[in-house]
Amino acid sequence: MSESHDHSHLSDTELRVRSLESLLVDKGMVNPDALDALIQTYEHKVGPQNGARVVARAWSEPDFKAWLLKDATAAIADMGYHGRQGEHMYVVENTAEVHNLVVCTLCSCYPWPVLGLPPTWYKSAPYRARAVIDPRGVLAEFGTEVGVDVSVRVWDSTAELRYLVLPEQPKGTEGMNQEELAALVGRNAMIGVEKVSAL
Amino acid sequence: MNGAHDLGGMHGLGPINAEVDEPVFHHEWERRVMALNLAAGAMGKWNIDISRHARENQPPVQYLASSYYQIWLAGLEKLLVNAALITADELSSGTAAGPLPEDLAKRALTAEAVPEVLGRGDNFTMDDDIPQQFAVGDRVRVLNNHPTHHTRAPRYTRGHKGVIERCHGVFVFADENAKGQNNRIPQNIYSVCFTARELWGPDAAPNDCVYVDLWDGHLEAPG
Repeated sequence: MSESHDHSHLSDTELRVRSLESLLVDKGMVNPDALDALIQTYEHKVGPQNGARVVARAWSEPDFKAWLLKDATAAIADMGYHGRQGEHMYVVENTAEVHNLVVCTLCSCYPWPVLGLPPTWYKSAPYRARAVIDPRGVLAEFGTEVGVDVSVRVWDSTAELRYLVLPEQPKGTEGMNQEELAALVGRNAMIGVEKVSAL
Repeated sequence: MNGAHDLGGMHGLGPINAEVDEPVFHHEWERRVMALNLAAGAMGKWNIDISRHARENQPPVQYLASSYYQIWLAGLEKLLVNAALITADELSSGTAAGPLPEDLAKRALTAEAVPEVLGRGDNFTMDDDIPQQFAVGDRVRVLNNHPTHHTRAPRYTRGHKGVIERCHGVFVFADENAKGQNNRIPQNIYSVCFTARELWGPDAAPNDCVYVDLWDGHLEAPG
């Protein structure tokens, strides 16, 4: 048997996916080029670097920050990030008194235009189960300390609103430009499981 | 439905084990499943709530034993057969008995259309002028309903009291939207703030809270 026909090394799941894809292409339901374009988009073009630019601009421009907190969808669209799974955005701000954390307990809702596709842990049963009942335990697992005097606010994304956390700007970064600031902002800080620290 | 997908508050699932420097996909088949789901959606035969219900509506043991994209795969197979876009025989054989009807085939997503389609997204808001049932600051209680169909009111909120933090506007009601196309009922969505102690009892931190987006149809005045 030639290698191209030897599928014995493939899992049942891989075989099912190959079979389904070839069926849908044969039926004229999906174009292979479109599948590749979709994969390219979410693997290489759209990701947390977008959200990091939004955060850096909010830290640098008070007017933009006010707009972002008032009408996140419009403010984020102004930077060119909009569309699927980011149609209705809401930004929640971390302060010395409040720490925000985003979850989707029912599925995997996540702001794709600014963060890309969610990481596995965000979609996993342990995170979805614990974020609402034990947010401080979750934060501790990510190495994030939140004082007893700080209020933890958990946002369960049960509707079509998509949440982005605006982290606190770390001290000592006031002189940085937006590009330098964006480089400090990681995905986990915009979900709220971590804080941003100066490098 | 009271399914395994409704995970908020469940114990015994272990640590989160976040992977450092995780790739977007771990296997080639995951890429294909993500893209097939998005591309097949262009047929217009289901909406996001129908697809969510297809994913969650499976035996809890199977749901919890499946990886994320395995759940997406099982959901897509179900959606395609339920919408009569493919037959069960075609699914099991992997062989097309015939092409799609022309009116459907012309809806197939092209590579050129991908940026525009993704950039546009969906519109879940509705223009209907539906009066708000509740105002910011009102106390509300989540109805203690246990529908067997799709609902966006998590179990851990049911019967609990919260305060309206914000009204997000009028949106399509997901619970009804999941029952079929052309089932778009306009309702207000509110951000409802529940104290951690209201949801989880006296051991919860006194200053923590959980915000949940709920529709008019999930809420009542506490009386």
